[in-house]
Amino acid sequence: MIKLEPRGERSSTMAYLSPVFAALLTMLTGLILFTLLGVDPVEALLTILYVPVSDTHGIAELCVKTTPILLCAIGLSVVFKAKIWNIGAEGQLLMGGLFGSYIALQLIEAEAFWVLPIVLISGVLGGMFWSGLAAILKVRFNTNEILTTIMMNYIALNILLWAVHGPLKDPEGFNFPESALFGDSALLPVLIEGTRVNFGMALALLAVVAVWVLMSRSFYGFQIKVMGVDAGAARLSGFKEKRLTYFALLLSGGLAGLAGVGEVTGPIGQLIPQISPGYGYAAIIVAFLGRLHPLGILLASLLMALLYMGGEMAQISLGLPLALTGLFQGMLLFYLLACDVLITFRIRLKPGKVTSRPPLPPLAPETQG
Amino acid sequence: MKQNSSPPRLTLRGITKQYPGCLANDNVHLDIAPAEIHALLGENGAGKSTLMKVIYGLVKPDSGEVLWDGLPIDVRDPAHARKMGIGMVFQHFSLFETLTVTENIALALGDDAGELNSLANKIRTVSEKYGMAINPDREIHTLSVGERQRVEIVRCLVQEIKLLILDEPTSVLTPQEVDTLFITLRQLADEGCSILFISHKLNEVKALCHKATVLRAGRVSGECIPAEEDTISMAKLMVGDDTPVSTTYPKKLGSTPLLSITDLNLHSPDPFGVHLKNINLTVNAGEIVGIAGIAGNGQEELLASLSGEHLCPDGKTITFAEDEVANLPPDQRRQWGLAFVPEERLGRGAVPGMSLTENALLTGFLTGLVSKGMIAWKKAEAFADEIIDQYKVKAAGRHAQADSLSGGNLQKFIIGREIMQNPKILIAAHPTWGVDIGAATAIHKALITLRDQGAAILVVSEDIDELFLISDRIGAICNGALSPIKPTPESSIQELGRMMAGDFNQSVNNGSTAL
Repeated sequence: MIKLEPRGERSSTMAYLSPVFAALLTMLTGLILFTLLGVDPVEALLTILYVPVSDTHGIAELCVKTTPILLCAIGLSVVFKAKIWNIGAEGQLLMGGLFGSYIALQLIEAEAFWVLPIVLISGVLGGMFWSGLAAILKVRFNTNEILTTIMMNYIALNILLWAVHGPLKDPEGFNFPESALFGDSALLPVLIEGTRVNFGMALALLAVVAVWVLMSRSFYGFQIKVMGVDAGAARLSGFKEKRLTYFALLLSGGLAGLAGVGEVTGPIGQLIPQISPGYGYAAIIVAFLGRLHPLGILLASLLMALLYMGGEMAQISLGLPLALTGLFQGMLLFYLLACDVLITFRIRLKPGKVTSRPPLPPLAPETQG
Repeated sequence: MKQNSSPPRLTLRGITKQYPGCLANDNVHLDIAPAEIHALLGENGAGKSTLMKVIYGLVKPDSGEVLWDGLPIDVRDPAHARKMGIGMVFQHFSLFETLTVTENIALALGDDAGELNSLANKIRTVSEKYGMAINPDREIHTLSVGERQRVEIVRCLVQEIKLLILDEPTSVLTPQEVDTLFITLRQLADEGCSILFISHKLNEVKALCHKATVLRAGRVSGECIPAEEDTISMAKLMVGDDTPVSTTYPKKLGSTPLLSITDLNLHSPDPFGVHLKNINLTVNAGEIVGIAGIAGNGQEELLASLSGEHLCPDGKTITFAEDEVANLPPDQRRQWGLAFVPEERLGRGAVPGMSLTENALLTGFLTGLVSKGMIAWKKAEAFADEIIDQYKVKAAGRHAQADSLSGGNLQKFIIGREIMQNPKILIAAHPTWGVDIGAATAIHKALITLRDQGAAILVVSEDIDELFLISDRIGAICNGALSPIKPTPESSIQELGRMMAGDFNQSVNNGSTAL
């Protein structure tokens, strides 16, 4: 009989091992799944996890895909530490893309160094605007942020679709739902010649370092953590709950917005309906898989980006459906949550049922049970 | 001792229960005769709770035997225990505020409740028979804590009962209510019901119980007949020989007011909260003022208005020295020199899952541990080490998580953290609640030292003995109103008891301290 037994305290070893277990279990399930589908499981797994990064071009593309996921996830790590469940990184990303695109299209003729910063900042503001609405609703009306942010994802998507089909559509674009191509001044410079790796990657890494410093060195980050673990203690110490809530939500929204504007001014170069294949949702998984720690999140972002690329690769070379990516993402989160039980519990294998207790001699004080 | 011929009603043999990291019960033996009032004595953490949960079927022992009327039995769950005739009154009541007495008891009885009208009649009869008059139709939220306890006891009595277990029943009662409870319990015992009375208050055990079993660190450290022992010898059984069990401190009166509350009226936002009514209080530099009271009489609200968690909109009601602070948030009051020890150690006083260093920073951030928004971790670590060292906190080190400490050690850490910030005013809620005697003595000494350095200290506690021990002036809070505060030597336990019950009229012939 398998029994779960409380450990008494959290095991930090298990906290780090759990994501590894989750990744291994996901792969194992993948193997079974491919076998059932009649595909050579080893080849399939290689196609998903190795082939996409088997050359330098692949590694460069991995960086391109990692950037938006990393930006969203690192922002989410801050709100999640505060136990504010922002599920709206996707919508905030789309709004960032939309705001940035709008400004970039206004400045399409301008050729100056200040164009790009303005475009990026407006993208950040777009994301902050979207998460700020959720923050106001939460602070002023105590509205559950999980619900508002999810719903606002759909609103953001539809506003984006309206804009790209309407006011922002390229007048010379043969009625395709696309904006005009942005001017060169509004595009993120490429970092490595001959690839699509752009300045966005540098911004994402900068954000990782900044959040790391914020959460481990600054008193503001400490207050956010305390508020998340123990709101009562935070209040008694005079930490400003509302201000911290605004800060955390605006920060994560801003970074998601940056991810969005980074996509339209980076690899895409214009506003299109599909600027994100669900990066904002994937970032939620990444944040937890990375244990809300900057370094963990960096690794988890790379894995998630690889899954996106692998899913496409599997579609192209094995004819497997693209839904594979979503399936693997889901399995990762599923196994992670399951393995997390082992942080506070241990597994005890008991041979059979214990029914009889050893008989005790009457009232002999020395006997041990 | 009543009867020796019949088999004991309940016998525990060699009960052992191991929790992860803690041996809660180690080979415990216990006999309770019919009609016997048996005390289970021990400090917090001695294993009393685990043992009674074993009897009540809430916890399965790892080894050992339970005998009921001489026959081995396996108590499956509380419902089974109730069927056998075991009733239990927990320290923390499990009553639904918005339901009536009858409805609550019916819920607890489940299928055995029968029809509500007849149950109500039965409640009325039983409660009157045992001198615990109670109206079955009242809703729980209208009852005082003492009345709620009656509901819990009556719940046990409406069924046929052979063993009544009471967990620290007097901690929520005024001294007068304690006397009434004891009359009821003696009457029950005379009718043949066995009573297991769990307590750490030696005077009460001496006054009430026929026999006592003392637990220390999970083991039986002794058995005695309380009437034949003095409290010191019983205390030694509880805490061991090396802990000092009693001390007295000289009383002092200050003259410079540091904390003043003037005509404070505060409406509680909680629907079941208590509104503060016209509170006036002054605490001078260099004295400890103690406020007694049964839980839920406005202590929480008063403390929240002092800590700054509840701001008082009309401004001038609270002053620190000359400064009006009623509208200042908690951090600004701390900046002024307020330190605060809340009732909940884990949850408000310390953050579970965070290290002692982080918990030192939690309120110590104003003492130079943060510069330009960045945490000086080295300084915070040094501060944590200093607290651990000076207040003899037993912990694995400054990296230990707050929730890995025992209650007493965590409380020493919190008190140390507050005192080492050199506060001008210290407010402490229930400073030694659930703390072992050794830690309690250490905490009392720290408070006295701080007082002698000239701080104004306000202690709110349910433990009257503690208040008489450390307070220089003393009063009580009842239903949101504060009694007059008197110098401790001029008050008495009887008088304080009356004040806790809401009778604030100064008696003409109050005697000297009856400690």
